[in-house]
Amino acid sequence: METFIQQVINGLVLGSMYSLIALGYTMVYGILNLINFAHGDVMTFGALTSLTTAVLLQAMFPGVPGWFILLGGLLAAIPVCVTLSLVIERVAYRPLRNAPRLAPLITAIGVSIVLQTIAMLVWGRNFLTYPQLVSNNPIHVFGATVTQTKIAVISLSAIVMIGLMLLVNRTRLGRAMRATSENPRVASLMGVNPNFVIAATFAIGAALAALAGVMFATTYGVAHFYMGFLPGLKAFTAAVLGGIGNVPGAMIGGLLLGLIESLGAGYVGELTGGVFGSNYQDVFAFLILVAVLIFRPQGLLGERVADRS
Amino acid sequence: MADIVLRVTGVNKRFGGLQALSDVGIEITRGQIYGLIGPNGAGKTTFFNVVTGLYAPDSGQFELDGTSYSPSEVHKVAAAGIARTFQNIRLFPDMTALENVMVGRHVRTKATALGAILRTRATVAEERAIKQRSVELLEYVGISKYADYQARTLAYGDQRRLEIARALATEPKLLALDEPAAGMNATEKLALRALLEAISRDGVTILLIEHDVKLVMGLCDRVTVLDYGKTIAVGTPAEVQRNPAVIEAYLGAAHADVATKASA
Amino acid sequence: MTSIFPQLRNNAAAAWVAMFVVAVLLIALPYLAGTLGNAWVRALAFMLLYIMLALGLNIVVGFAGLLDLGYIAFYAVGAYTYALLASPHLAQNFAWIAQAFPNGLHNSIWFVIPLSAGIAALFGILLGAPVLKLRGDYLAIVTLGFGELIRIFLNNLNSPLNITNGPQGITLIDPVTIGSVNFARTQNFFGLEMSSVYLYYYLFLVLTIISIVICIRLQNSRLGRAWMAIREDEIAAKAMGINVRNVKLLAFSLGATFGGVAGAMFSAFQGFVSPESFILNESIIVLAMVVLGGLGHIPGVILGAALLALFPELLRHTVTPVQMALFGEVIVEAEVLRMMLYGLALVLVMLYRPKGLWPAPEHGINPVVQRHSRLAA
Repeated sequence: METFIQQVINGLVLGSMYSLIALGYTMVYGILNLINFAHGDVMTFGALTSLTTAVLLQAMFPGVPGWFILLGGLLAAIPVCVTLSLVIERVAYRPLRNAPRLAPLITAIGVSIVLQTIAMLVWGRNFLTYPQLVSNNPIHVFGATVTQTKIAVISLSAIVMIGLMLLVNRTRLGRAMRATSENPRVASLMGVNPNFVIAATFAIGAALAALAGVMFATTYGVAHFYMGFLPGLKAFTAAVLGGIGNVPGAMIGGLLLGLIESLGAGYVGELTGGVFGSNYQDVFAFLILVAVLIFRPQGLLGERVADRS
Repeated sequence: MADIVLRVTGVNKRFGGLQALSDVGIEITRGQIYGLIGPNGAGKTTFFNVVTGLYAPDSGQFELDGTSYSPSEVHKVAAAGIARTFQNIRLFPDMTALENVMVGRHVRTKATALGAILRTRATVAEERAIKQRSVELLEYVGISKYADYQARTLAYGDQRRLEIARALATEPKLLALDEPAAGMNATEKLALRALLEAISRDGVTILLIEHDVKLVMGLCDRVTVLDYGKTIAVGTPAEVQRNPAVIEAYLGAAHADVATKASA
Repeated sequence: MTSIFPQLRNNAAAAWVAMFVVAVLLIALPYLAGTLGNAWVRALAFMLLYIMLALGLNIVVGFAGLLDLGYIAFYAVGAYTYALLASPHLAQNFAWIAQAFPNGLHNSIWFVIPLSAGIAALFGILLGAPVLKLRGDYLAIVTLGFGELIRIFLNNLNSPLNITNGPQGITLIDPVTIGSVNFARTQNFFGLEMSSVYLYYYLFLVLTIISIVICIRLQNSRLGRAWMAIREDEIAAKAMGINVRNVKLLAFSLGATFGGVAGAMFSAFQGFVSPESFILNESIIVLAMVVLGGLGHIPGVILGAALLALFPELLRHTVTPVQMALFGEVIVEAEVLRMMLYGLALVLVMLYRPKGLWPAPEHGINPVVQRHSRLAA
C-alpha cells in the first residue's frame, strides 16, 4: 500500500508539471489550431535560465536561503520564456496564419530544432546539475516519502491552475480569450483584438512553461538542452487526452497522465511478469497518445477548437 | 414493366432538432431525366447527399439497378454506378482538365502500383485507353481545346462541363447533378440543356437538383417536389406545375387559391 | 528524363546528351571527391541513402499529402532486419538458431533487399491503417509517436529475450557480397582499384536510380493521379470512386519500402546499428530535405536531399578549422551548426519559399500567368 501511495504522490508531482505545460499547448491550439511544437523547448529555456540565475545569485549572495534564490531564478526565467514565445509567435507563426494547415506545423518543428541548437550553444551539450537549493530531507506522509520540493510542486501548480481558471472565466481578458477560441472572426467584430489575445495566450503559456521548467529542474536535479522534448510531447499527449483546446481538460489530462505513468512504471514489471520493466515508462505516454487520437480524438472533456470553415 | 434505375424509399434524416427529411423517396426509370425541386431549405441537397453516400440516413432503402446498396461510403456508391457533381464545383484545381477526367476513369480501371512500376504491357495499354477515352469525353462536352489547361483557369461554364465529363468518365448508371445551372446566364443554360439532352439520348439516366424552374420544366421527364423535408408532389412537370400545394410552397397560399380557381 | 525536364521532350538528341553527361558525372564523382579524402566519398554514399529516404518520404508527404513525422521507423526496421539476418547476434543469443545455422546467419542481399522492403511495407500498413483518417496535424503527431515507440522498443528489447541488444546495438554485420565480390574489401576491376567506400557508392547509385525510376513511374500512373486527386480534394476523389483509405495506405507502405531498403543498405555499409541512429531528429532531417527541395517534385527532392546531406559536411570541414585559426578553439561545433541548419531550413522555407527551392513547374497551361510573363518581357 505504501508503494501505491508513493506512486500516486509521484504521479501527482509529475502530472502537475505536465498540466502546466499542457495548458500552453491547449490554449494555443484552441485559438490557432496550431500545435506549438516549440513549447517544450521554451520550457527548456526556463529551466536553464533559472539554473544560470540561481548559480549566479548563489555566488553573489552566499547567505541567502534557498527559496529566495529559487524565486530569483523563476523571476528571471519567466520574462525570458515569455519574450522567447512572443518572438516565435511574431516571426514564425503570424505570417503563416492563413497558410494551409501543415505549413505552421512544419515551421514549428523547425523552430523547435533551432531553439534546441541555441540552447546547445549557450549552455553546452552536457547535463548541468541544478544547485541544491531546497532541502531534500524526506518527510513521511501516509507511509510515503515526500520532499519539500514535491509538496511545493503540487501545491504551487494547484494555486497557479486555480488562478488560471479564474483568469479565463472571470476576467475580461479571459472572456476575450474564450471568444477568440470559439470564433475569432466574430470576436474581432465584437472589438477583441485578435493579435493581442493571441500574444497574451502565448505569454501565459510561456510563463507556465517557465514555472514547469524550474519545477522539472529542481525535482530531477538536472537540466540540459534537450530536456523539454519528452515532457513537451507528453504534455501534448495530456492536452489531447483531456480534450485539446479545453483548459480544464489540460489540467485533468496532465494529472491523469502523470498518475498513469507513475503507477504504470511502478507496476508494469509485476503485471507483465518481468517482460516489460519500468524502462518502458515513456511508452505509456505514446500509447495513450496513439490510442486517444485513434479512438477518441476529442479527448475526455471534448474538443474546443476555433471553427475554421 | 418499367426498368427502374434508382429506387429509394423511406428516407429519414434528422440533424439535431431539425427533421431534414421525412419519408422521402424517389423512383427513376432508365433513360429519364428526373428533376428534384423545391424551395430553399426543402432538403433537396440533403436527400442528394444521402443517396450518394455523403450523409448517413436515419432510415431508408436504396436500390440501384435492382441491387440494393447501402449509402455508407461515398466511393462505394460511385463504384456501384452513381456519379455526382457538386453545387460548388469540386474539380481538382491544379490538375489539367484532361487529368481531371482521367481521374474519373480510375474506378473502372485496374492498373496496380506494381504494374505501373514494371510498366507491364497491360498497364501501358490501359493508360493509353484512359487517355483516349478522356480526350473523347472532353470533346463530347465541348471543351477539348482546354485539355491541357489547369482546371482552375477554365471559365465557370467550362468548369461545370468538365465536372460533368469527369462524372461521365466513371460510366455511371445514374448521373446525379447538383444544381448544374447555378450561376449560369441564359445562353449558358441553353447550352447546358442541349448537353444534358444529348447525354440522355446517349442512354445515361440523369437526376438533377435545380432551382431554375423553367429549365426543369423544359428538360425533365418527371419531377419530385420537396418542401420542409417532405415530398409534396410527384409527376410530370406539367402536372406538378398545376399542383396547388406546389404553388403554395413556392409562392404562398394566395396564389395557390388563384390557381385552384383557375383550373376549376 | 523528359518527365523531369519537359523542355527536352522535343529534342531527343539533347535529352540523350544530357543523360550521358549526367551519367559520366555521377560515375566520376567519387573519384573527384576522393581527391579531397575518403571521408568525402563516404559523405556521397550517405547522401545517396538520404536521397532514397527523401524519395520515399516524398511519396507519403509530397504525392499523397500525409505528414509523417515517424518515417525513420521504416529505416530502422530495414536496418535491423538486415542486422539480425546477417550478423552473429541472433546466433549468440539463441541456442536454437546457432544450432540451425552452424556457420552463422548470413544472407545475400538478393534475399534481404526484398525482405526488408516487404517488412517495411508491412510496418507501413500496420502503422498507417489506424491513423489515416486523422486530420493533418494529428496524423503528424501520431506518426511521431509511432516512430518513437519503435525506437524505444528497439532500445529495450534486450531482456528477457535479447532480440535487439538494446542500446549497444548490433555489431559485426556482414558487408554486402555480390557473387564473389566482398564490398568490405578493396577490389580490382580491370586494373582500376576501388576501395570499399567506392563499391558501396556505386551500389547505392544503382539503387537510387532504380528508386527515381520507380517514383517517376508511380507519379505518372493511375495511382499517382489518385494521390494527386486526394491531395487536391479528398471528397471529390471519393465521389469519383477512389477508395481514399486504401490509396493512402498504399502511399504509406510504398514510401516505407524505400526506407526499408535504404535501412538495410545502411546496416551493411556501417557494419553496426543502434537505436541512436533512428531518433526523431532523423525523421525531421528527411522531412527538411523534402520540404526544402520541393514537396512532390522529384528533382527538387533529390536536390534538397543532396544539399542537406552535403552542406553540413562542408560546414564541418570549414567551420572547425576556421574557428581554430581565429579563436584557437571550437566555439560552435559543426554538429550543432548542422542541426541548426535543418531547423532554419524548415522555418525559412515555409516562410519565404513554401513550395521549395525547386518546385514543380506550373502544371498545365495557365493563361493568366503566361499573359503576365509576356507583359513583363
